[in-house]
Amino acid sequence: MTTDLRSRIRAANESTVEIMLSAWDNVVWVGNETAIDVIPGMTPTTVMHAGPPITWVDMCSSMREGVIGGLLFEGLADTAEEAESLIAGGGITLAPCHEHRTVGGMTGITTASMPVHVVRDDQNGVEAYCRLHERKRALQWGERDQQVLEQLRWMTDVLSPMLSAAVRAKGGLAVKSITARALQMGDECHNRNVAATSLLVREMMPDLIALDWGKDDLEKVARFLQEDDGFYLHIDMAAGKAIAEAAKGIEYSTIVTTIARNGVEVGIRISGLGDSWFTGPADLLRGSYFPGFNDDNVDADMGDSAIMETMGLGGQIQAAAPVFQQIVGGTVQDAINHTREMMDISFGRNPAFVLPMLDFQAGPIGIDMLKVLETGVTPIIDSAMAAKKGGFAGAGQVRVPMECFQKAFRAFAERYGLGQ
Amino acid sequence: MTQPVSGLIGAQLTVINVGLSLFAESLRQQGIEVAQVDWRPPAGGDMVLLGLLDQVTQIDKGDDADDN
Repeated sequence: MTTDLRSRIRAANESTVEIMLSAWDNVVWVGNETAIDVIPGMTPTTVMHAGPPITWVDMCSSMREGVIGGLLFEGLADTAEEAESLIAGGGITLAPCHEHRTVGGMTGITTASMPVHVVRDDQNGVEAYCRLHERKRALQWGERDQQVLEQLRWMTDVLSPMLSAAVRAKGGLAVKSITARALQMGDECHNRNVAATSLLVREMMPDLIALDWGKDDLEKVARFLQEDDGFYLHIDMAAGKAIAEAAKGIEYSTIVTTIARNGVEVGIRISGLGDSWFTGPADLLRGSYFPGFNDDNVDADMGDSAIMETMGLGGQIQAAAPVFQQIVGGTVQDAINHTREMMDISFGRNPAFVLPMLDFQAGPIGIDMLKVLETGVTPIIDSAMAAKKGGFAGAGQVRVPMECFQKAFRAFAERYGLGQ
Repeated sequence: MTQPVSGLIGAQLTVINVGLSLFAESLRQQGIEVAQVDWRPPAGGDMVLLGLLDQVTQIDKGDDADDN
């Protein structure tokens, strides 16, 4: 009986990682669409957010600010007070992005008329979405003043359709190609995306120019991309979510398919346990604050961007980005040690993502719940901090709480009859 | 080759600290060389989960002797 179960788990995990690798080969950014036109379950009065499910009452401060900003952007409220009474009256549906084939950076706020990147994997028959990364001050950080909303409207009316037309003209953009090259150029593709965004701009610029859209708009788009080092992240996140969708729901698999945080709780999901969430308390990140910020005025770990770690990037592969250690006060050796630790808790390797600092070893992929429990080593997430009042407050790293894996394993034991 | 314990006394100490880094920091502040091993208990120290874990992870150690 036990041998049979072990064999099934091993076969399921091999299958899950094979699907992840195959999905990485096939994820293509095919264009941008309006959220309500593509996201399943999106309605004019839905606000989607990052992390596991959470109520308005329990949300952290910056996520609440983001929800209010989303309602202002949609024209459902004219003031914060109106927005709050609309929510209190039950007029708004709050839902996790992850439960709607979507991921969202930081607060993750996604509403009906916002543009989203569409990433598709035709071989595995999956499609996933992520809102466009905002430059500087942003709703994704819980900021919601007029300047933020105006930038978002310009992104909706100009940036997104232009990029979409350009990427369609080139027949789509293979995501793995840019990610793999960026890893060779000092990115780990979560906290640091400067190389990836530069490669993206290089790929897109000829097609943007060929659109003949008008010089003023083209210049604004070019300057926006020039000033936003992180723009590529949200395309990569949509790809990560598409890969997660392909890899979920494999019976007996103990591979992690979701890590997401809402600023209060961290939630994980396991392939062999369907869509159930297993949560633990979100910690504060450890890293560097911008001037004026400290442990008392920032929210805890937040965002769906840990889909990058789930798919073998970010904290899983810190050795690709030694510069990140300057943010967290670490050494190059720390980056190497962390990557080796993440290899210990991962079931497979991704030969497309090689690490020069580790003699070109393939990076880890497929975090295995059993290996986490067996070693006591939990995944590292490279991320950023949101100010409680809204805003980008700093960057750092944090571990996924062991409690998530303990809860998941109890559920696994019950579902698959361990200990009986 | 064994050495008398007395050889340790007066020699410069190098400490290996396993687990909480607080102890390592304390020793470092006293000028003692410390190698920190960042160890955490498997399964968060939950003995019930450790028992269940043994049922599904030994295949990776090549130890199927107790299968039944």
